[in-house]
Amino acid sequence: MSHSEHHNERNSLAYSVEKNVEVIAQKCYQCGKCSAGCPVADEMDFPPSMVMRLLQTEDPANDEKILRSHSIWLCVTCEMCLSRCPMEIDIPSVMDFLRQKSRSENKVNKKAKNIIAFHKSFLNSIRFTGRLYELGLILDYKRQSLNLTQDISLAPKMISRGKLHLFPTMIKGTAQIARIFKKTSN
Amino acid sequence: MARIGVFICHCGENISATVDCGKVAESIGKLKHVVLSTDYKYMCSDPGQTLIKDAIKEHKLTGVVVSACSPRMHEPTFRKACAEGGLNPFLCEMANLREHCSWVHEKNDLTTEKAIDIVRTQVEKVKLNSALQPIKVPVTKTAMVIGGGIAGIQSALDIANTGHKVIMVERSPSIGGHMSQLSETFPTLDCSQCILTPRMVEVAQHPNITLYTYAEVESVEGFIGNFKVKIRKKAKSLDEKVCTGCGLCTTKCPQKKIPNEFEQGMGMRPAIYVPFPQAVPNRPVIDKEHCTYYLKGKCKICEIVCPTKAIRFDQPDEILELEIGAIVVATGFDIKHADFFPEYGYGKYKDIIDGLQFERLASASGPTSGEIRRPSDGEVPKNIVFIACAGSRDPAKGIAYCSKICCMYTAKHAMLYKHKVHDGRAHVFYMDIRSGGKNYDEFVRRAIEEDHVNYIRGRVSTVYERDGKLIVKGVDTLLGGQPVEVVADMVVLATAGVANAGAEELAQKLHVSYDQHKFFAEAHPKLKPVETNTAGIFLAGACQNPKDIPDAVSQASGSAVKVAALFSQEMLTREPLVAVVNRFCPPMYSTCVGCFMCQSVCPYQAIEREDFKTRDGKIIKTVAKINEGLCQGCGTCVALCRSKSIDLLGYSNNQVHAEVMALLNEY
Amino acid sequence: MKVGIYPGCSLTGSARDYNESVFALAEAFGLEFTQVPDWNCCGATAAHNLNKELSLALPARILAIAEKNGLEEIIVPCAACYSRLVVTQHELKKDPELKNRISEVIEMDYRGTSKILNVIEWIDKYIIPKLEEKTVKPFNYKVACYYGCLLVRPNKILNYDRVEDPQSLDIVMNKIGATPIDYPYKTECCGAGLSISRTDIVSKLSGKIIEDAEHRGAEAIVVACPMCHSNLDMRRPDINKYWKTEFKIPVIFVTQAIGLAIGLSPEKVGLKRHFVDVTIS
Repeated sequence: MSHSEHHNERNSLAYSVEKNVEVIAQKCYQCGKCSAGCPVADEMDFPPSMVMRLLQTEDPANDEKILRSHSIWLCVTCEMCLSRCPMEIDIPSVMDFLRQKSRSENKVNKKAKNIIAFHKSFLNSIRFTGRLYELGLILDYKRQSLNLTQDISLAPKMISRGKLHLFPTMIKGTAQIARIFKKTSN
Repeated sequence: MARIGVFICHCGENISATVDCGKVAESIGKLKHVVLSTDYKYMCSDPGQTLIKDAIKEHKLTGVVVSACSPRMHEPTFRKACAEGGLNPFLCEMANLREHCSWVHEKNDLTTEKAIDIVRTQVEKVKLNSALQPIKVPVTKTAMVIGGGIAGIQSALDIANTGHKVIMVERSPSIGGHMSQLSETFPTLDCSQCILTPRMVEVAQHPNITLYTYAEVESVEGFIGNFKVKIRKKAKSLDEKVCTGCGLCTTKCPQKKIPNEFEQGMGMRPAIYVPFPQAVPNRPVIDKEHCTYYLKGKCKICEIVCPTKAIRFDQPDEILELEIGAIVVATGFDIKHADFFPEYGYGKYKDIIDGLQFERLASASGPTSGEIRRPSDGEVPKNIVFIACAGSRDPAKGIAYCSKICCMYTAKHAMLYKHKVHDGRAHVFYMDIRSGGKNYDEFVRRAIEEDHVNYIRGRVSTVYERDGKLIVKGVDTLLGGQPVEVVADMVVLATAGVANAGAEELAQKLHVSYDQHKFFAEAHPKLKPVETNTAGIFLAGACQNPKDIPDAVSQASGSAVKVAALFSQEMLTREPLVAVVNRFCPPMYSTCVGCFMCQSVCPYQAIEREDFKTRDGKIIKTVAKINEGLCQGCGTCVALCRSKSIDLLGYSNNQVHAEVMALLNEY
Repeated sequence: MKVGIYPGCSLTGSARDYNESVFALAEAFGLEFTQVPDWNCCGATAAHNLNKELSLALPARILAIAEKNGLEEIIVPCAACYSRLVVTQHELKKDPELKNRISEVIEMDYRGTSKILNVIEWIDKYIIPKLEEKTVKPFNYKVACYYGCLLVRPNKILNYDRVEDPQSLDIVMNKIGATPIDYPYKTECCGAGLSISRTDIVSKLSGKIIEDAEHRGAEAIVVACPMCHSNLDMRRPDINKYWKTEFKIPVIFVTQAIGLAIGLSPEKVGLKRHFVDVTIS
């Protein structure tokens, strides 16, 4: 078996990352500069440099840890890691990919429930109106997170300052938007 | 009558595994003028070579073809064997049956046929070979060492001690280089200047060494053994023979606030200055860019106070033309400075300094007399952070290599700090610790175990200032990427070592190769670390790549021996495979028409003009002439010459034509 | 040249003050722009977190519509939308196969020819030239210019300003008489889209930004992103509670600051809609 054939049989998460995001995990020499500059590193179970380390071991047990981690959902895509990485590793794109893989394999960390609920509510809102209907987003989020009292005090102030519309704005192309959602769902 | 001997080598199994050597020998033996055609297992071995020598005598051979490996491997071997057998070495050719045939094909009839073709071409060529004689050029037994740092000093002393003359050219006012700026050296913590200055004085006093400081190389022409170097002695604005080095002028100069290069900007100097107290030569120079007289025409206080009237404001630069036989390049390196790092403040924060600046602080002769003090407010830092790999191993910043010395000097700096500030806390943010020299790792362990320097594995993302302190945001990767924040009083960056300013220009003047980082290129990364691809020019020290003092000194001594070897010969021998412009008797003189297009394309500037004159000096014809001392036999002029007046000895038009025709089976 | 504007969901929603100040400036300087017709949400953070193709398709539709309507330049005041649009344009340019796929998804022809400008680029090009003559009330305050994450990163794609210690916003503020301070938190994240799902993290991060600005004596934080504004302004009660301090520093949009400098009233530029009282004007 030639070297390249052996290469094709890698079924690690790192290999998927390489194929989809064009990031070679082995480039990371674990300097930790990403974790040092990451605003949410101290909240994460695995700071970004650890996620890269787990990835580059190509060990199925470590792949599981990554996909089931809280870290990938806490990442706010501030892009600070990439801007300082000496190897210019596109960690934000890796994170996006890991998030989607985590969901598609049903391995989402329970602690990230609310974060995902928020994202889903956001997209649900756009799917029907074409633009964000903030009130709808909040109500849908509360339904998913079951946190009914959160931010209640903000509502009157937002309304009085004209920052919260009570009704959504529907764009004309809502059908087209719905089709876009359908075509990109998998 | 040609009598050619052909030897087919098996090269163990390298050739015979795919080529039927016996069949090749048999086939070649049938060619016209081939009087001997045999095969043997190892032609390069002793018995193999004896085979050739005996055959030359026995069969009265006029030409030899050894069909074996690449000529790059063994051409000298077989040429020498032929010479020992009594045959001119240039009547020996090699046919490459290994790299060109056996190693690139499978075993079959076609491979053997190809081998036969290859041997046949060389047989036809060698019939047209001439018995060339090596070219001898004289050697000027004076060496030039460019650069007066520790490598240059060591090389100069070693060459001078073999009895040959050395000219050392150093562009700053004093020799000593970066080593003179260091406080202590690792791993012994020897005082750097204490071990260096005796060598510096030795250079100045050595009868075989002529030292030119404040001088630079202007141009280099010629070739090995015969360089013509012009150096520019920049005007120091004083008469060195009259100046006693008393230093009075430097104390009276009114311009006192010029950033001192030796102190890496941490201290000031006047416009007329001696770089440091132990400078060799201990004579001041006037910095024309900052001197009031040169800028505005006023002042002249130094001239007034000088007791020996040594100041010469109108002194011009002097150009010296020197005949040199070998050049050692020891121009050293520099380091990146703090303004290179955007995430560490672009040089905005005064208390973020680089390694050399720290050395000056630690040095007893430095701007703070050896006390570690913050440049911003002069306070002694109680919490100091050292950032290793600041710039090195950082492809995003364009420097992917490791600068080799920083792990060691960072440990040294941390230790010096702890020795001076007992209640201080030192932290080192590192990625790896590279301490591979003798007693090096023990040195680093001492810093960690005895001096309690806090080593944290992780890089620093950013450093910024707040309330006069520096906030260092790093990480501990050994704790799983846990962020670590240190509030420091001072931060020292172990910055990347880079090529010295002007390295590229000098390399181009010398026609020496260099890499994308402007470090000079050695001839072979493993086996020829002190030679360059330019014959006669050698390397020593950090101009080749960042290295520590023991390595620089070793390399310097290595370069000195190469120079001594060169100088041990009265004449230099060159291979006679050079181009030659034809010559005939008058009135033709040469078929060359004197267009000199060859001169414009020759990469080695080897083509000269020759005038043919009448008896009363009138020029009849000017034609091209090849300088056989410079010609490398590339053949560019041969291909270009429109009148076909140039031919290449050893690869003449006839010889190459014979090879081609032999390949086409028309011979 | 036809200039378009893509307000995005924030400007027509909770960042209404920003929208008002942008249009107020346009009016004052005689600038016209066409809203991208029937524009949709760019997908913001949610799309790229959950669905890559969707995160490219939504911005692509916006850009395709803009192209179809001949809008050669599109002003995008929201930094997050700006980031999504530029990144989408870059990704689709880099990968022609992907571009074709997305064209198919949005059922529109996409060429990627419009030039996308962020709010500071818009100010630089259209407002700075006439700013000096219109400045009647110099904004003589010490300000901390907060760029946020998405105006300068990812630097290789956005190619805007320098990624460490950027200066473009500082320069604009300087032109209206403000004194920008040396501010290390210029591009540190405020917590972004975790405002609702992890308000504690936003409180922590935004609090650091505010604390440092106040500590350095800034009288206002100037922003160019509605998400940042929301986290630093609307979330102030949460921040104060988390840090057990009363942070009072107001947060204003750069367009509001310019509006005040050219003599517009605080109401006109939407200052009354803030959560944190803007005492300077």
